[in-house]
Amino acid sequence: MSKTIRIRKGLDIKLKGKAALAIGATITPSVCAIRPADFPGLTPKLLVKADDLVKVGTPLFYDKAQPDVKFTSPVSGKVLAINRGERRRILEVEIGNDGKFETKDFSAGIQSPDRTTIQQVLLESGLWPFLVQRPFGVIAKVTDSPRDIFISGFDSAPLAPDSDFLFANELAHIQAGINVVSKLTDGKVYLGLREGSKLSSLKGVEINYFSGPHPAGNVGIQLHKVKPVNKGEVVWTIDLQGLIFIGRLFSTGKLNFEKTIALTGSEVKQPGYYKTVLGAGLAPLIDGKTLQANTERIISGNVLTGTKMDADEYLGFYHNQLTIIPEGNQIEPFGWAMPGLNKFSASKTFLSSLLPRKEYVLDANFHGGERAFVVSEQYEKVLPMDILPVYLLKAILANDIDKMEQLGIYEVVEEDMALCEFVCTSKIEVQEILRDGISSMIKELA
Amino acid sequence: MKGQGIKNFFDKHRPKFEKGGKLHPFHSVFEGFETFLYVSAATTKKGSHVRDSIDLKRTMIIVVLALVPTLLFGMYNIGFQHFHAIGTFAEKTFFEVFLYGALRVLPALVVSYVVGLGIEFAFAQIKGHEINEGYLVSGILIPLVLPINTPLWMTALAVVFSVIIAKEAFGGTGMNIWNPALVARAFLFFAYPAQMSGDSVWVRIGNEQVVDGFSGATPLGMALNGVFDYNIWEAFWGFIPGSIGETSTFAILIGAAILIITGIGSWKIMLATTLGAVVTGLLMNAFAVNDYMAMPFWHHLILGGFAFGAVFMATDPVSAAQTNRGKWIYGFLIGVVAIVIRVLNPAYPEGMMLAILLMNTFAPLIDYYVVEGNIRKRLKRAAV
Repeated sequence: MSKTIRIRKGLDIKLKGKAALAIGATITPSVCAIRPADFPGLTPKLLVKADDLVKVGTPLFYDKAQPDVKFTSPVSGKVLAINRGERRRILEVEIGNDGKFETKDFSAGIQSPDRTTIQQVLLESGLWPFLVQRPFGVIAKVTDSPRDIFISGFDSAPLAPDSDFLFANELAHIQAGINVVSKLTDGKVYLGLREGSKLSSLKGVEINYFSGPHPAGNVGIQLHKVKPVNKGEVVWTIDLQGLIFIGRLFSTGKLNFEKTIALTGSEVKQPGYYKTVLGAGLAPLIDGKTLQANTERIISGNVLTGTKMDADEYLGFYHNQLTIIPEGNQIEPFGWAMPGLNKFSASKTFLSSLLPRKEYVLDANFHGGERAFVVSEQYEKVLPMDILPVYLLKAILANDIDKMEQLGIYEVVEEDMALCEFVCTSKIEVQEILRDGISSMIKELA
Repeated sequence: MKGQGIKNFFDKHRPKFEKGGKLHPFHSVFEGFETFLYVSAATTKKGSHVRDSIDLKRTMIIVVLALVPTLLFGMYNIGFQHFHAIGTFAEKTFFEVFLYGALRVLPALVVSYVVGLGIEFAFAQIKGHEINEGYLVSGILIPLVLPINTPLWMTALAVVFSVIIAKEAFGGTGMNIWNPALVARAFLFFAYPAQMSGDSVWVRIGNEQVVDGFSGATPLGMALNGVFDYNIWEAFWGFIPGSIGETSTFAILIGAAILIITGIGSWKIMLATTLGAVVTGLLMNAFAVNDYMAMPFWHHLILGGFAFGAVFMATDPVSAAQTNRGKWIYGFLIGVVAIVIRVLNPAYPEGMMLAILLMNTFAPLIDYYVVEGNIRKRLKRAAV
C-alpha cells in the first residue's frame, strides 16, 4: 500500500533560471574525467597511467579500503593525464574521448544473475559506487547485506531537474535496474515519489508519496520518515541515474554512461536540458550559454550541495545538474540595514517576504560574518527529521563520539542538513562540520 | 560600483591596521566599522554556495526596531509623569513633554552604548575576533529597564559589570548564561537598593515642587502595601510610573508583533510565559486570602515589567531554552515564578527580573532533559 507522507519542515529556495522542458543538442565532450573527490572518504589506487588506451568500463582506479570497488572510464579513448594536487593527492583522471564509445563486454554475467554475479558485474563495470550506504553516505560495503534499499524518485533541490521529464524515456531501464538491485537485499526496495509521478508504474518496489518542500526529495529524509536507520543497521540508497546505468548494462550487456543534465541558474541564457556523458568536461556544456564570462560561479550539482568547478573542470559523478550563479564578490553598503526587496531569506526580516512567488537571483556572497550559535530553532524549521541539529553539531565540534551516535549521526548526511547551513544567521559551515563528524565516526568504528 | 568610495577608503587605510602597522592595536575597531558600513565581499568556499541574506546584524537591528516604540513612549511618559507631578502638565505641549523625557533618556543611552561597545571593542581586540553584534540590543535594553532617576555613573557601572562578568567572561555573545541586560539591572538592584526601588526613583522631579497627594509609587509597589489605586487602562497605555521602557503594554505589544512577524522573537516563549502567569494568577485568585492575591489575574500581565520581560528578555535566544519543548517549559515557569514572587514575597514588588534570571539558570537543565528524551526515543526505536 502506498501512502502520502507530508513533509512540513523545509524550504524551497526560489531561484531564477529553471530549465525549460526541452532537450537541446547532444554535447559529446572531448575530455571526460573521474574525480576521486566525488566520493567522500575514498583513497584511490591507480590502475592506469597517462597514454593508456581505455574502453568504456576499463578500470581507472580502485578503492584502497575495498580493492574490489573499481572506478571505470565513461568513454573510450586515451588517458590524457592524472592530475594531482597537494601531497600528490589525485584530483582527476582525464580521458580523451575518441567518440567511438567502444565498451568492454559484460554480457557473460547478466543472463540469469544471482546475488554474487550481480555484485561481480557491478564491481567490474564501475557501477557499484552508485550504491551508497546510510549511515555515513559513503560507497556501500561489498560484504554488507543491507536491511533495505531506498530510492528517491524526485529531486526537490533548488532548480533541480524534473525527474519525470529527465527519465521519461528510461522507464524500462529503471525497471531493469530495480530488478537487479532488489536481489542485493533480503529486505524491501522503497521508492519515494511525488504524487502523480510517471514513475508510479514501476514494479517490485514499495512506493511512498511525499509532498512538501525541499528536502522532501532527499533519500535520507524519505528513509527517516519510512523506516529510519538504527544503530547497527545498514541501508543502501541509489539514485535513478545509477539505476538507469545498471538497467542498461543488464538489458543490453553494454555499458552506456550517457546521461541528460539540466543546465540551470540565473547566469544561463537559456536554461534547458542537454544530453552528455558522465564526467563530461564542462567547457563544451557551458561555452556561449552564459551571460557573463568571468564573474560567475559554476556549480556541478545544485546550489546547496554542489561542487564549485572551473570551466575547465568536470561534471560530478552523481550530478545531473549544472548551476551557474553570480559570484557576488562585491561589497554592499549597509547591506544589513536595507529593506531587501531583492533579498531572499527564510526569515521574514526582509520586505521580500511579502512577495512569496518571486524568483531570486542569489549569488555566492556570505551576507555576513561567522559567529557563534545565537539564534535557536532556525535549523529545526528546515530539517524534517526527529533530530536536534544544533546539539548534534555541538557534539561533533566537541568530538564526543557517544553523543554523536545518540543524537542521530547515523541518519544524516550533508545534503539533509544543507538547508540548515543556508538559513544559518551565524554562517556556520554545517555541512563541513557534519562530514568531519562522520569521518571521525567511521574512524572510530573501523 | 555602488559604494566603492567607502571601500577604497577602507582599502587605503587597511595596511596601517594590519599586523606590523602602527595602528594595529585598533584593528578590531577598524574591522567593526568596516563591516558596519558594508556587507563584505566574502563568498562561500565550501558547503552551500548560496546563503540566506540574514546575518546577526540584521537580527539585532530588528530587535532594536521592535524596541523603538517602547523607547519613544518611555521618553514621552517621563515628561508626562514629571509635569503631572509638578502640576503643570496642562500648560505643556506634546512636544515639550516628549522633549523633556528624550533629553533625560538620551544621556543614559549614550553612556550605555559608549561604555558597552568600548568594552566589546577591547575584548574583540584582545581575543582577536570580530566584534559581536550582541551589544546593539543590550545597549538599548539596559537603559530601558532602569528607573529614570538612575545616575549615569550607575548605568555605566552596570554596563561594565554586565558586559565583562555576564558576557565576556563566558566567551562573548552566544555563550552567556544570563541575559546581560537583566544582569545589569540585578546588579544595580542588589548593589544600590536605595536608588533602584522605593517610591522616589520612578518619576523625574528635578528641583521642582511636587503637587499635593503625589506619591510616585508604581502600581505594583502600592499593591504590595495593599493599595490598589490605579486605572488598568492607563496602565495598558503606559501612563504610570515605572522603568523607562516597561510601562506601556501597548508599545510592547507593537514590539512583540514585530518580533513575531519577522520570526526573530519566539512566540512560544511569549505565549508560554503569559500562560504561566495566567494560570498562577488564577490560582492566586482562587485561593485568595488577602487583597493582593485577589487582584484580577490579568492585571499582572499589564502592570510592572511582565510584558517587557516576556517579550524582550525571556526571548533572548542565547540565555533561553533552545529546544522547542524546552521553550514551553522555560516560558511557563517564568510566568509562574514571576507571579509567585510578586504576590507571595513581601520583600520585592516585582518578580519578573528574578524569574527570568532564575529560569536562564535552569534553561540548560531543561534542554538537557529534552535532549535526553530525543536520545531515549532513538534508543527505543533501535531496540524494537
